[in-house]
Amino acid sequence: MNAPEKPLKTRFDTVGKPRRRVDGRAKTIGQQRFADDLALPRMLHAKLARSPHAHAAIESVDVSRAQAHRGVHLVLTGADFPIPYGIMPVSQDEYPLARERVRFVGDPVAAVIAVDEQTAAEALDLIEVKYRPLPTIASPEEGLAKPEPRIHDYGEQGNIHRNQAYEFGDVEEALARSDHVFEDLFFYEGNTHLPLEQQASLASIEGDGKLLLQTSTQNPHYLHRQLGRVLQMPTAHIRVMAIANGGGFGGKCDPGNHEFVVSKAALVLGRPVKICLTREEVFYQHRGRHPVLMKFRTGVTKDGRLTAMHLQTLLDGGAYGSHGPASTFYTGVLTPVSYELPRFKFEACRVFTNKPACGPKRGHGTPQPRFGQEVQLDKIAHALGLDPAEMRLKMLTKPDSLTASWLRIGSTGLGECIEKAVEMSGWKARRGKLGPGRGLGLACSAYMCGAGVSIYWNKLPHSAVQLLLDRSGQVTVYCGATEIGQGSDDVLAGLTAEALGIDPVSVRVVTGDTGITPIDLGSYSSRVTIMMGNAALQAAARVRDLLANAAAEALDTLPDRIAFSQERVFAVEDAAKSMSFVEAVAAAEAKFGTIASVGSYAPPKPPGKFKGAGVGPSPAYSFTACVLETEVDPATGWVTVPKIWIAHDIGRALNPVLARGQVIGSVYMGLGEALMEEQAFRRLPPKLSSALVHRNPSMLDYKSLTHMDMPEVEVALIEDPDPNCPYGAKEAGQGPLLPVMPALANAIHDAVGVRIDEVPITPDKVLAALAKKAKGEVPRVGPERFPAVPYPEPTFVLPPWEGGDGNELKGRKAA
Amino acid sequence: MMRMPWFRWHAPKSVAEAATILADEGPQAMLIAGGTDLVPNMKRRHQEPAALVALRGLGELKRIANGAGLTLGAGLTLAEVVESRSVRENYRALYHAAAQVATPQLRNMGTLGGNVCLDTRCTYYNQSYEWRKAIDFCMKKDGETCWVATASKRCVAVSSTDTAPALIALGAKVRLVSAEGTRELDLADLYANDGMEYLTRRPDEILTEIALPAASGWKSAYWKLRRRGSFDFPVLGVAAAVRAAPDGTVEDARIVLGAVASRPILTKAGELLAGKRLTDEVIEEVAAKVASRAKPMDNTDLEIYWRKEVVPAFVGYALREARGDDMRATRMRIARQAL
Repeated sequence: MNAPEKPLKTRFDTVGKPRRRVDGRAKTIGQQRFADDLALPRMLHAKLARSPHAHAAIESVDVSRAQAHRGVHLVLTGADFPIPYGIMPVSQDEYPLARERVRFVGDPVAAVIAVDEQTAAEALDLIEVKYRPLPTIASPEEGLAKPEPRIHDYGEQGNIHRNQAYEFGDVEEALARSDHVFEDLFFYEGNTHLPLEQQASLASIEGDGKLLLQTSTQNPHYLHRQLGRVLQMPTAHIRVMAIANGGGFGGKCDPGNHEFVVSKAALVLGRPVKICLTREEVFYQHRGRHPVLMKFRTGVTKDGRLTAMHLQTLLDGGAYGSHGPASTFYTGVLTPVSYELPRFKFEACRVFTNKPACGPKRGHGTPQPRFGQEVQLDKIAHALGLDPAEMRLKMLTKPDSLTASWLRIGSTGLGECIEKAVEMSGWKARRGKLGPGRGLGLACSAYMCGAGVSIYWNKLPHSAVQLLLDRSGQVTVYCGATEIGQGSDDVLAGLTAEALGIDPVSVRVVTGDTGITPIDLGSYSSRVTIMMGNAALQAAARVRDLLANAAAEALDTLPDRIAFSQERVFAVEDAAKSMSFVEAVAAAEAKFGTIASVGSYAPPKPPGKFKGAGVGPSPAYSFTACVLETEVDPATGWVTVPKIWIAHDIGRALNPVLARGQVIGSVYMGLGEALMEEQAFRRLPPKLSSALVHRNPSMLDYKSLTHMDMPEVEVALIEDPDPNCPYGAKEAGQGPLLPVMPALANAIHDAVGVRIDEVPITPDKVLAALAKKAKGEVPRVGPERFPAVPYPEPTFVLPPWEGGDGNELKGRKAA
Repeated sequence: MMRMPWFRWHAPKSVAEAATILADEGPQAMLIAGGTDLVPNMKRRHQEPAALVALRGLGELKRIANGAGLTLGAGLTLAEVVESRSVRENYRALYHAAAQVATPQLRNMGTLGGNVCLDTRCTYYNQSYEWRKAIDFCMKKDGETCWVATASKRCVAVSSTDTAPALIALGAKVRLVSAEGTRELDLADLYANDGMEYLTRRPDEILTEIALPAASGWKSAYWKLRRRGSFDFPVLGVAAAVRAAPDGTVEDARIVLGAVASRPILTKAGELLAGKRLTDEVIEEVAAKVASRAKPMDNTDLEIYWRKEVVPAFVGYALREARGDDMRATRMRIARQAL
């Protein structure tokens, strides 16, 4: 199961050819039905009553007036949901409706199910909740300073949710030996996914009495498990259908309160119950980018090679655990993947605050440290008088190598990415020579192609595919993978078609339905192309063997001399000996009975054996290099980005149209984070109010780029097929986002000589830094201090080149 | 989705009938034209009118008349204003302003009269009912305190209309019609510096048209500061109109600042500029003086001190364009469009 299929062929009919994605037609003409488009006879509508307090104890909930309101069928409260849930087994800290405590403004406390949405909304105001307000915590610094009251009664201590430390080799010793040690602080503000589709769910009872939930989710499998737990039902009696998502970006990975509420209501009432969140509610569901404060201490030799790095991070987790334990790891674990780093120490702490829970957003935990790392590298290059591109090229991680932290790197195209981005942008001729106020910045990144370990511990496949063929030539491929707009249905159709030598439009794709499709863990961690793809190729190889066997008999040749191409099955030596694909299926069905197969995939075992080694390993890593051009107005600090060049190591582009779309979409989202996006909160004057509210929960006031603000993007796809990946294809959906933010910061430095060490980079910060520069002060805007965090003693592991075996070295450091 | 409160709907066939309905319904009734401001506000329970009187479809509010000047019906959509050749050629400030309101979709629905009468805005006010409940509401609606300036006796919500500063700079007058009769006033006098009572229009009056004087000899421009190239309300608007003698000596000038108070601010630029030529030095000096009138509050997008700091630069852009400089490259950077 671990070994991926050998490449089935070297010449491709479908792979690598730009073509229209299989779901493109429906999405373009408005035919695609999203969850909010669904309607069923006798359907009722749900609305959630949410807390107006950022932190309060619930003293009583009186729903009698709401219950009596005309048109109201049911009112649910926390009393109806005794079982907690959470996406990660170690953070089961949420209830569908709050029971004793509300922890942020927007925390759901009750639900009304009524004949229509208007009636349900009217009844919300009739629910009487008595709250006892509690002191609030607005930032991780505050959470560290105020252990009481605790937002949760679990966690490391006080309001610290997760706290961890790892050290790979003696970092202080290496820093002491370094020619230079650079120390920098960075801050990355939180931001949210902003999918165009607001979450919607429709629960109903099917004819056989089983529960059906049709919903906008990225992870139907994890949701399925949580529904069984919270509703206390056998999961086999629940069916979750992930309806094509209008964008996810990580925001639809966690199970949502509303999904439990409509499911429960449908079970109680026996009628279909639907909900569609308002845009404001989507901001409260959140699970977006963690705000992260970072401290980098990095040692280098005088020619700019890294000697060691000590990275400390402090995450603002919001009110619930969500993916937090993983997010905390991800603020460090992928740092050593791009450049050779002999020793690495990483400490991370996640603190609860009274704000919507943070979680996974495109790049999950990695964009923040990547920003700090890549800006610091730029500073190092300038301090040492090196070309930032050349400096990076001299210290790339090698293919088939291990990092100090025991991650196995397979293929890497980062060098080629840097060279391509440098060439496309005219870096060598133009950098520093664009004239006043104009500059170029370069940054790189690495990202994983699928998490090596599942969210819940098991030894089962991460993805499974079933193929069913019949005598009409119909090929149906079933997989639990979920289309969230990233194109996974097209990848599945394309790979299956390539393996069977047929056109992708001949393949019928059935995905994301726990009632029908074999399990895939979900659309997260850039895992789908690799894991679903490998499973699909295994399944396809198995039916192809059956078809080849039957065809060989009919064509009087040997099965291993049979080829599949362009909807035909033929003998390699003599193409005149051929039959159509449909005839081959019929021949095989006659010989073997119904033609079906399954395939599955689990990633290779991680090389690290210490506790915590499960986060970071991946079957493959993608790499990206980006050059960004900027213009800065010295009078106002106004920042313009006229052009971005980006080269992405994708292994192989299965459908280049789709791959380019993913890269450009990543650039779009990254540039929005770099320039303006902020999930920001405000307090009112404390003497007058205890309020702690989201500043801008609307699409107008939460600023993300419009079409007008998007620069031209020139994309290069670097193709060096990775042997662990289906036909060599790596991810493209997340990695290309990561270098955009540091590239902007570095370009601004090239343009006007100031450092903005935090994201977003707004014109007021640039102008403030320019004013400092004019006064002869340090021309920098960014965090000034890093608080004392009670990190634990690190888990100490020797790097592979220092005699380590991947286990923790108890008793601390070797002499 | 967010739902509207219940209301009565009137669809009069004429302005006169609308005025009669408005008089009969009393102050609980509101006018609706494009609805792009009012409908989202009603969903958020900012306004909960008992009745709506629809002006949409009244042909008499859609007239454009060229005479000594230009008369624009208040019911023209912003897209129609942008497409008007007279506006594009002779009243550049209005063209720049109307073309940068919101988005193409909203300009297709929103009207000139609606933008002139736009409700004042504030980050503590333009939120849903549930959000405002979490701050115990504010002075402008349902509450007591102004959270922007807690000691303030008046609401400091921001005048966020783009077209009004441009129209005031161009010397516009407006016509108000009610069952009682008709009155005309300078557009500048339609506004009061109060975030709640920001219009001097009586509730029974209908804004029917906006009249601009002849444009001969005048050059004008409008510059808008906002985060993005579309969608956003202004956090600063600068409209400049200048009439200069053939030798370049300024005979008359108006600079109007938008989005830095609860009303558009007509500055003393006319006095400062009269008799001078628009040299770089004069522009810099006047820009600095005019900018001192801007008193932004911390209740819009973007950082408050920065917004104040960049006012002179934006006044400079507007004056340089009114002088005849080619400002297209700067305009592309600021507005993301050439206009």
